[in-house]
Amino acid sequence: MNQWNNFSKGFIKDNPVFVLFLGLCPTLGVTTSAFNGLGMGLATTFVLLMSNLVVSIIKSLIPDKVRIPTFIVVIASFVTIVEMVMEAYLPTLFEQLGLFIPLIVVNCLVLGRAEAFASKNNILSSIIDGLGMGFGFAFALTLLGAVREILGSGTLFGLNLHLFPLDSDGNPITMLVFVLAPGAFLALGYLIVLINKLKKKIY
Amino acid sequence: MEYIIIVISAIFVNNIVLARFLGICPFIGVSSKVETAIGMTGAVTFVMVIATIVTYLLQNYVLNPLGIAFMQTITFILVIASLVQLVEIILKKVSPPMYQALGIFLPLITTNCAILGVAILAVQNNYNLMESVVFAIANAIGFGLALITFAGLREHLDLVNVPKAFKGVPIAFIVAGLLSLAFMGFSGIV
Repeated sequence: MNQWNNFSKGFIKDNPVFVLFLGLCPTLGVTTSAFNGLGMGLATTFVLLMSNLVVSIIKSLIPDKVRIPTFIVVIASFVTIVEMVMEAYLPTLFEQLGLFIPLIVVNCLVLGRAEAFASKNNILSSIIDGLGMGFGFAFALTLLGAVREILGSGTLFGLNLHLFPLDSDGNPITMLVFVLAPGAFLALGYLIVLINKLKKKIY
Repeated sequence: MEYIIIVISAIFVNNIVLARFLGICPFIGVSSKVETAIGMTGAVTFVMVIATIVTYLLQNYVLNPLGIAFMQTITFILVIASLVQLVEIILKKVSPPMYQALGIFLPLITTNCAILGVAILAVQNNYNLMESVVFAIANAIGFGLALITFAGLREHLDLVNVPKAFKGVPIAFIVAGLLSLAFMGFSGIV
């Protein structure tokens, strides 16, 4: 039960994006579609899981003074792995996410979990924490991506939903602003309001 | 001429915060007062310019000749982290008043994605050293412009009566969205 709480806290109660406001740069930057959000979320989950695992294994070997640089090196190594694997096997996604792949290194969520959780807890809890927080992050990014994609392009995961009227050329008249930069801020702002309301009902 | 294009596009058209979404954490986190926003801008400008110069030299004279460009992420973040420490130590010794003003913001900068982002962008765009420096300065100004404007807006937001669920961060995001909408008016200039 305790481990289940540890896992499930990342979804709503301590959601990294909606509640803790961590890792906002990739959240806003890549969520032009649900697929991009999911891809970024899973890439971050992998880095988070592996860095939590490694940090909790080597935590007793790291001198306290150099622990932050050590964590950063661990994280950066896994980010480089993600970068190379993605470039080889998912080149389109790699191009879409672009700069935000190397920037996983400075995602405060990853470093934050290493410092606040993995360096103090055993291996199993750290793995579960990494998975829970990672999936919570991926959930938030996919949700935001889905909202923006539906409103901005009228599609979901690339499937046409036929929600919007067509203009004389047969193109749907969508709310383009939602796939542009301002839409990211607006959509996230309103989603946080919704989550606030929801949290009050549940807890 | 190309310097002017770099400057205009970095500050207004592709504003680092409002269009590229880099440095959102300080943008939301330390923008509740204009004073702290100015301090943060100073610290970011300082580190961003130095970091871009150092990473440019590393990329072109160490990583590329050795054929290990894939080490870019690890190298850059380590350089930035140690640079922040170095700047902190030097500033403490050389200029205590400046350290007093910028000190508390410096440790936050290591995990500011704007610094790493600008360093990587300068390499990706194949800028030479001078262009990289101009690019870094322009982006720092763009960051400051967005941050200080937003801080001014948020000071007023505190006095406004908004619905309870909107209080704090959500309304800040919506205001940021409107600010970003305003900056979109600049697209097409360059």
